[in-house]
Amino acid sequence: MESVGSTIVSWMIIIAIIVFSILTVTTRKILRAATYLLFTLFAAAVLYFKLDYEFLGAVQIAVYAGGIVVLFVFSILLTSHPGDNSRRLTSRRKVLGTIAAVLTLGITGAVLFSRCAMMATQLPAMENPSMKLIGETMMGTGAGQYLLPFEAISILLLACIIGGVVVARKR
Amino acid sequence: MDISMIYYLVPTLVMFCCGIYGFITRKNMIAMLISIELMLNAVDINFVIFNRYLFPGQLEGMMFTLFAIAIAAAETALAIAIIINLYRAHKNIDVSDLTKMKF
Repeated sequence: MESVGSTIVSWMIIIAIIVFSILTVTTRKILRAATYLLFTLFAAAVLYFKLDYEFLGAVQIAVYAGGIVVLFVFSILLTSHPGDNSRRLTSRRKVLGTIAAVLTLGITGAVLFSRCAMMATQLPAMENPSMKLIGETMMGTGAGQYLLPFEAISILLLACIIGGVVVARKR
Repeated sequence: MDISMIYYLVPTLVMFCCGIYGFITRKNMIAMLISIELMLNAVDINFVIFNRYLFPGQLEGMMFTLFAIAIAAAETALAIAIIINLYRAHKNIDVSDLTKMKF
């Protein structure tokens, strides 16, 4: 049985995720879309903290809020005038998008409720994963440890740096 | 009351569908990229929720999310480099106006 405060926090996270993600795709000013995306990402980070993954929540805030959203804001200010509304949607696109989204929502929701509704009704007890455990999992070579993906990510980031410089430099 | 798994799975589903809707309806490339970020994040949250509720004490879902966040950062950086380059060539980043891949 969870405490009342914990339940209230959970509901706030749930409502924040739904409301801000809908606002992200429906607002017509693009800078506001980026801001609402930031709020959605913060709600996700709070959810990670709530589920006892503190390291993951910190990474989410640092990488997304500190890196990606700042990049978005920079590029929005570089490529458009911040006060502009986006163009009115043509009805065909809007219908197409609504159909795709509602179909996905309906089918996946039906499957989810028929399969997962009665599953895992209580939050099982868990120790916070310690930093030592996370580090060993990330750098170990045994079963269930992730040295190879870690190194692959480092090569990917190197390739990304080089690619970014090559693509964006002035000719 | 207890918050069961389905209470967290439904908002992420809504988030994913918002991403789909935004990706289809938006014309500005940066707005499309924002929609992609929404979808990626919904999947990340799902990994963590399943890890936490079904396999507490293991770290598979959490590590997957960590690597997914790193890949999302790399992807966004490259995409924004491409978008800014396109803007420099065409002064416009609406997908309906970009009919040539040459520059």
